[in-house]
Amino acid sequence: MTETMAFVVDMLVHATPLLITGLAVAIAFRAGVWNIGADGQFIAGATAAAWVGVSAPPEIGWLALIIALIAGVLAGAIWAALAAWLRSRFGVLEVISTIMLNFVATYGASFLVRGPLQEPTHVYPQTAGIVDGAHMPILVAGTRLHWGFVIALVLAVVAWWVMKYSATGFRVRASGVNPFAARSAGLIDVSRVTAVAFVVSGAIAGMAGAIEVSGVTFALYENISPGYGYTAIAVALLAGLNTLGVIGTGILFGALETAAGAMQRNIGIPSTTASVIEAIVILVVIAIAQLRANRVTGTA
Amino acid sequence: MIDGTSAFLEGVVRTATPLALAALGETVTERSGIINIGLEGSIIAGALGAVVGAGYGGVWAGFAFAAVCGCAVAAIFALFAVTLRADQIISGTAVTLLALGGTGTLYRILYGSAGAALNTPTLDPTPIPLLSQLPVVGRALFVQPSITYVLYVLVPVVTWWTYRTHAGLGLRAIGENPAAAIAAGIRARKVQFLAVLFGGLLGGVSGGTLVLAQAGTFVEGMSAGRGFIAIAIVVLGRWNPLGAALAAVVFGAASALQFFFQASGSNLPYQLFLAFPYVLTLLALAATRGRTNSPAALGRQDFEQ
Amino acid sequence: MSDVALELASITKRFGGLTALDGASLQARRGTVHALLGENGAGKTTLMRIAFGMLRPDSGSIIVDGRNRSFASPNDAISAGIGMVHQHFTLVPAMTVAENIALGGRGRFRPAQVRDAILALSERTGLAVDPSARIEDLPTGAQQRVEILKALSRDAKILILDEPTAVLTPTESRELLQRARELVRNGGTAILITHKLRDALEFADDITVLRRGSTVWTGGAAEATEEALVAAMLGGERVNAEMEPAGRTTTDRSTTVLSLENVCVRDVNGVERLRSVSLAVHAGEIVGIAGVEGNGQHELLRVLAGRMHISSGEVRIPTVVGFIPEDRHRDALIQDFSLRDNVALLGAGTRRGVVSWTAIASQTRELIRDYDVRASDELTSVRTLSGGNQQKLVVGREIEGSQTALVAENPSRGLDVQATAAVHARILAARDAGMAVVIYSSDLDEVLALAERIVAVHAGNVTEPPREYEAIGRAMLGLPVT
Repeated sequence: MTETMAFVVDMLVHATPLLITGLAVAIAFRAGVWNIGADGQFIAGATAAAWVGVSAPPEIGWLALIIALIAGVLAGAIWAALAAWLRSRFGVLEVISTIMLNFVATYGASFLVRGPLQEPTHVYPQTAGIVDGAHMPILVAGTRLHWGFVIALVLAVVAWWVMKYSATGFRVRASGVNPFAARSAGLIDVSRVTAVAFVVSGAIAGMAGAIEVSGVTFALYENISPGYGYTAIAVALLAGLNTLGVIGTGILFGALETAAGAMQRNIGIPSTTASVIEAIVILVVIAIAQLRANRVTGTA
Repeated sequence: MIDGTSAFLEGVVRTATPLALAALGETVTERSGIINIGLEGSIIAGALGAVVGAGYGGVWAGFAFAAVCGCAVAAIFALFAVTLRADQIISGTAVTLLALGGTGTLYRILYGSAGAALNTPTLDPTPIPLLSQLPVVGRALFVQPSITYVLYVLVPVVTWWTYRTHAGLGLRAIGENPAAAIAAGIRARKVQFLAVLFGGLLGGVSGGTLVLAQAGTFVEGMSAGRGFIAIAIVVLGRWNPLGAALAAVVFGAASALQFFFQASGSNLPYQLFLAFPYVLTLLALAATRGRTNSPAALGRQDFEQ
Repeated sequence: MSDVALELASITKRFGGLTALDGASLQARRGTVHALLGENGAGKTTLMRIAFGMLRPDSGSIIVDGRNRSFASPNDAISAGIGMVHQHFTLVPAMTVAENIALGGRGRFRPAQVRDAILALSERTGLAVDPSARIEDLPTGAQQRVEILKALSRDAKILILDEPTAVLTPTESRELLQRARELVRNGGTAILITHKLRDALEFADDITVLRRGSTVWTGGAAEATEEALVAAMLGGERVNAEMEPAGRTTTDRSTTVLSLENVCVRDVNGVERLRSVSLAVHAGEIVGIAGVEGNGQHELLRVLAGRMHISSGEVRIPTVVGFIPEDRHRDALIQDFSLRDNVALLGAGTRRGVVSWTAIASQTRELIRDYDVRASDELTSVRTLSGGNQQKLVVGREIEGSQTALVAENPSRGLDVQATAAVHARILAARDAGMAVVIYSSDLDEVLALAERIVAVHAGNVTEPPREYEAIGRAMLGLPVT
């Protein structure tokens, strides 16, 4: 395998979780929901998938993978639903509640991999390896590239179609851009639409975690998410919240993270530089969008 | 028993100090109508700044540079939220990410990727004569690192400024109805910018406290969400400087509980205690319904100037 | 001291591509009430905002007491002795009267001192207020008094009043304008921004008329005639300003389309906004709502349109009721969406499955054609449309969307004369086609021009006075009509 091909494989493997979490964030932001909790939802999904993965009896074969993915989706959805409920019932700002839940998810996973789910020798803070039936099939033989990448692409296309052509998608878009008009002129139940979008967003982020466990790590350990949920914000914003565009930006950031890892190993530049670049990307995107908006409305 | 309670209370005040500092600053910021999610960034920047500053000039230089760094991060946020009038939530989030990543990178560059323990000078508790002799509260309140005493002075001063000066009145008016403040001749954008800087300054000092009065070193991400907890404290304290300080004590107690339980030999997993402040934040926000008594124009982008 | 207290000479102001003011001028003499007259959108408020330092002119000069001035902010204008009472009060609802009046001061804030100063000023001017009352607890008339006191407390010698009678009942309006005359007797100057001819002729000494951003007439009120002023305000387009309701066709008016029975509405704080209201609106009729802002018409209109939940009582309305809200930017249209997407809002709440964009696009093109909406095509962003065209789109969408009932709230707000006439024509046409129409306007003249039945709202209660100015005025105040 050539070096370029190795880089491309690494890039796509890295891109997969970014693409899916980026999609989750894009959908939430489109609905006007500031879901900063994709990280926690990712961890919840990864935890659920890992639990299925280590508990599944070998007889059920590849059914284990399906169940693991479903478990991941449900776990992510529930994690987001907590924040969605706090938002609609108590008016709690979701940016704070989702970040709080990120911390809780991290500690929850930490507890599990050091306790009930810890691998049999009780030495390392991680679960045992998941059963073979829960492994994601490899896409390109001889590489790490797994079918999760294809699932990511399919999800993005489906989401794009739903947003653009379905009645639900229109309701989400309208609620996100102007909830007042959506309510008054469109008679849209904005709180229900945004709550559903919030939960769907969590479900997708949970799926990303499940795919990561079944396709890359094959176990759960602490720091299963090196901040995917936060990078996802950059992925989503740079794509202009376009659910098809996140394919491109997800791959771009996958390349960035791969390169950053290489730079740290080879040159010693800290890999946290990638986070700095991602944050700068977000700021630049915000600035450009706001300058353009200010010009349009004629405000200083 | 009294001794144990006293020690616990002392821990509560010690833990509450950085939270109270950050919440005090954020109270002023939010009273002007701006919600600064980037506060977390100011805290972590202040923490690193404290290490750098103290390395050159001792503890108080550390605090001073921490304040500057916190202020600088807040200035970036203010540029987006006040000058450009971009969405405050997403701008604040981006600034926090920038500061977290930036401090991590700078720390490794300046001090090596191994993260060696540093010879950062720290503040020892300084007992205040007479007051520290009071039963129970004496040790809890008056045998603390001096930065806590700075907090004791700041709270009444900020409270007085907010309610008994025209400047404070103007600040509060901007947070309630910017159009009214502007029509009264107040330079709303300038005041908001300064309010954000002030919040960032105290946020930086808060981060400095984490290093110079507690940990004695810098650890990546050591702010651990305190900036967001501070925002919840502001809500709990009903956007009142004194209320914020009192609410901070509640959260300080929640954090200090882990030491209490560990000392009494409990079997509960330590992660439960680490997670408790965050869960408490959620419960507190839900209980106060997050919105009552908030400045009417809090978080508004279009302040019409 | 110059005879002219405030002069604005050849002021020009552009906002992006829009020229709001084009060489507008005004000369207000000391000790007079000067009326600044003009239609909606003529530039009156913009001109006065420049005089108050809220906006900078692109060219022209501001001369106060013979001295050329330049204002960087309202602070400078206040120092020059200019005060402004805004149309939409610039008061902080959660703060007290004292805090609001003290706002903008310097140094230490001593509530007791401020309180005494306010009471003294109250006595001097005859404008009574309670310094410790919170603004949000005060009725509109009292809030306006606070606004005026605020301006006077900063030693305003030139007081600008922006459409002060818009939020008052006819009786309160007379009182206010009389008070304005008293104020100028002591050497002050008052500038009255209004679009009401009658107020200008009755209470002002001098009048300046703005049209499309320029001064088109200026002179003493004594020499002015109604015809001359109307001609100046409207220019070439002669539109019947004082309309009688257009002739009815023989549509069946016995079918009740909208029905409210003992409806009570409470707001989020539990305050009762509508008290046991009963109302029936029939097919082919226009019911006009008369009331001062804040008396429950906001809730009444939304209940009729099916946009608000009630606490008790019975509401019988068709499934789809057309609604033209006052704030079209926020509530009726999504500015960054295209015309087509905004039309797609119709029925968006209950639509299932896939959106048929081609059908909606052709529906939009029809609306554009039938309702004379000036837009390049259905895919351009609604933001590029003028206020009048946006409103025409909304009116078209809502009328075509319902076909049975229409509720309109201040439908001509911010529109120029032509657009207003177009909207009014559509509302009448809807009535003629058998729709039940409810219209509310804070301008009583507009309501009287369109509606045959008048319903007055006061403190959440609804009454039906005879269709006559004085009676309606009393009903709006909650007073017995005879």
